Amino acid sequence: MTGEPQVRALSGRAVGELTLDAVRRGEVTLPDLRIHPGTLDRQAQVAAEHANPQLAENLRRAAELTQLPDEEVLAIYDALRPGRSTPGQLTALADSLAARGLPRCAALLTEAAEVYARRGLSA
Amino acid sequence: MTGPTNADGARPVGRVRFMDAQRVNLDGFAVEDPGLGLVALRSPDDPEPGLVVADGRVAEMDGVPETAFDSIDTYIARHGLDLAVAAEVMGLSDVAFARMLVSPDVPRAEVVRLSGGATPAKLARVLALLRPAEMGQAMTKLRARRTPSNQAHVTNRLDDPLLLAADSATAAAFGFREIETTVPVLADAPSNAVACLIGAAVGAQGVLIQCSVEEALELELGMRGLTSYAETISLYGTEQVFTDGDDTPWSKAFLTSAYASRGIKMRVSSGAGAEVLMAGAEGKSMLYLEARCVALARAIGAQGVQNGGIDGASVAASVPRGLRELMAENLMVMMRNLESCSGNDALMSESDMRRTSRTLPIVLAGSDFMFSGFGSIQRYDNMFGPSNFNAEDIDDFLAMQRDWGVDGGLRTVPAERIEQLRRDAAQACRAVYAHLGLADFSDEHVELAVDAAGSKDLGETDTLAVVSAAQAIREGGLTVVDVVAALDETGYEAEAERIMDMTRARLAGDYLQTSAIFDEQLGVLSLVTDPNDYAGPGTGYEPTPARLREIDAIRQERGVEDLRAEQARYAVPLLAVAGPAGPGQDPRDVVIGVSPAVGRDVWRCLSGMTVPAVLAELLAGLEEEGCTGRVVRFGDTVDLGKIGLAAARLAGSGIGIGLQGKGTALIHRRDLAPLANLELYSVAPTVTAELYRLLGANAARHAKGGTPDPARNPYSDEAIEARYHTTVIALMALERDWVKPGAPAQELTQEGLR
Repeated sequence: MTGEPQVRALSGRAVGELTLDAVRRGEVTLPDLRIHPGTLDRQAQVAAEHANPQLAENLRRAAELTQLPDEEVLAIYDALRPGRSTPGQLTALADSLAARGLPRCAALLTEAAEVYARRGLSA
Repeated sequence: MTGPTNADGARPVGRVRFMDAQRVNLDGFAVEDPGLGLVALRSPDDPEPGLVVADGRVAEMDGVPETAFDSIDTYIARHGLDLAVAAEVMGLSDVAFARMLVSPDVPRAEVVRLSGGATPAKLARVLALLRPAEMGQAMTKLRARRTPSNQAHVTNRLDDPLLLAADSATAAAFGFREIETTVPVLADAPSNAVACLIGAAVGAQGVLIQCSVEEALELELGMRGLTSYAETISLYGTEQVFTDGDDTPWSKAFLTSAYASRGIKMRVSSGAGAEVLMAGAEGKSMLYLEARCVALARAIGAQGVQNGGIDGASVAASVPRGLRELMAENLMVMMRNLESCSGNDALMSESDMRRTSRTLPIVLAGSDFMFSGFGSIQRYDNMFGPSNFNAEDIDDFLAMQRDWGVDGGLRTVPAERIEQLRRDAAQACRAVYAHLGLADFSDEHVELAVDAAGSKDLGETDTLAVVSAAQAIREGGLTVVDVVAALDETGYEAEAERIMDMTRARLAGDYLQTSAIFDEQLGVLSLVTDPNDYAGPGTGYEPTPARLREIDAIRQERGVEDLRAEQARYAVPLLAVAGPAGPGQDPRDVVIGVSPAVGRDVWRCLSGMTVPAVLAELLAGLEEEGCTGRVVRFGDTVDLGKIGLAAARLAGSGIGIGLQGKGTALIHRRDLAPLANLELYSVAPTVTAELYRLLGANAARHAKGGTPDPARNPYSDEAIEARYHTTVIALMALERDWVKPGAPAQELTQEGLR
């Protein structure tokens, strides 16, 4: 909501500052228009309170992903598609994400590595 | 077409040949065949519902032990089920659970709670028990958002940006809250996204935009803020088909989070028929396979599902009870507490009646989105393929909303406003493309786009310019900020402000919740902010009085005052009062009696002929047979029988003609009862000048003592009554206004009639 001062963009700027005037001054860039992980965590809380823990978990994973650049997000997606990665590659990727503070995303990849190996979905 | 023939292969009789030729027989109807997955609600190979939980984990689900789980089973079993309620719900009988879906006394929250622990096979079994009317009741209660809404497709064959902008503005004005575009040429996608973004901002605030293309490109457009939701992230019900689609539950779960991480609303897509078409149904029913998709959608954390057949809708429609299956898919999504975008987006029949029969129950019940793409453009311009309803059907849909008093999310837009919005959108789009160095479009092109009913009206366009504009958008890394700045710098400050406001509102993340849309003041309506509270009559969503007026006031609506004004345009200085009408003595005197408002408020008949022209024909017919006519207006009744009889009683011949201003006419004789008559033209809209002349001639023949062959009413197979009854009611009201009991008959001048 535009009136809520606590909402910040990924860049850290308060959304209230993101005005057309700021665009005119050339002071708005894409990170100013990206959602903040704190916002996603707050929405996760709301989802959990509204009988959808899975949506909450998704939003928490999303909060983690805000810190990755677009290209890396797309690269991880590609690595998860069938036949793209060996279990070892997925596990290594999971470890790297865990080390960088993305434990939920790491857990998703770890589980994928296990199931892919069992179901013939690995490279 | 190979219509049915007789069992012996012989040519069937005409009645059957006639039936064969009807459009419904262009549709394919399949024999139920569980082996191919051609079975709607239940296949012999569907598993028995069951859930075994051991040590807090699922050891067996729907008859499959954990060791044999495929990837879909695994994801659902580990993430998708609320094991705390599993025993309770799996222990409920199917009928008991089914009744809970329908009963207004069981709150939605209770159904949602129990559904959380139900396996796919359980939900499929339960939903297969609901009859159509019960499904409608369940949908009214179980959809997540209280306020129903609608989504539009906006595409065209040329990916023409100006037309996309104009059509997006039009769709937004009609009330669609999501606009989904796609491309015939993949490389054009960035241009389509920008054009729709601009057009929608011209039409209304808060419309979400989607550009449905290959997944990586779609995500990229969203990351740049050019689009604001996605829904074509496909799920399938069997592992083989899922893998053929080049994804796994884990890649889709990751993609779901990727969209959310960029603040983009997202739902997944599934639906009957996909597995059948890919020969991968594994002998299971459509409903069971979809139950797996929906359970997976919930498990991966998607906020909603687009289902109800989608591309496979006609596959479901080809088997017995297929339409029940499609609606059950939507219900299953609602039970899992997710947003339902309820299909109706693929033309599932050549028959207007069948496609309406498919869609109507959902419109009457109300869904989060009744269509996951109402084709707001013409069928031929729909690059998803024709939707079940298209631009051809918008007026039908508006009338259906009004007929039933239901909110289908659309509203009437005055013609002048449509023109203004289309011009603003096309001009704004041109200005932005020019300002950013993407493409230059001519004034003529703008005007063609404004006026176009579809891309065929644009003539030859430079499609390479679109490709190069799209390339420039993509390679230049253009973002929503650039579009906002370009709009502002080219004089479209209000539109720039709108996009900026919405971009800011999206940062709050409220629209990532289940069933979220923005209203036109950028308020979020969702499961959280606008929860469905239906609990029987008198509860739940009801259009506000203002919204109901909007639904009611379709542009074709006419009242008495509209008709009075229309009649006044045909008024001429004829039929003045010549004096009081007295009895005639001449045996060749025939009186034409006219109704009270003739020559006053009523000048034009339903057939389109003017009243003076009709009188001229009647008089000429009388004259041809050697009689003379007088025109007499009766002021004390609107009843045609009484007018005709009164005319006959004044006539020296004892024969009268009665004529109502709307054009209904008869011949009467002085000794008959009022409701008896000699000849009657009852269907006023179809009476021609020749027939009025014949009526005059026949009246004269009666006057001379002959027995003429009566003229026949012309026959029409059109819905004459639907077309004219409202006008008849208004015309009779105008007539009634002039009635005065005991008013004397007046003879009218015939000057100028011939």
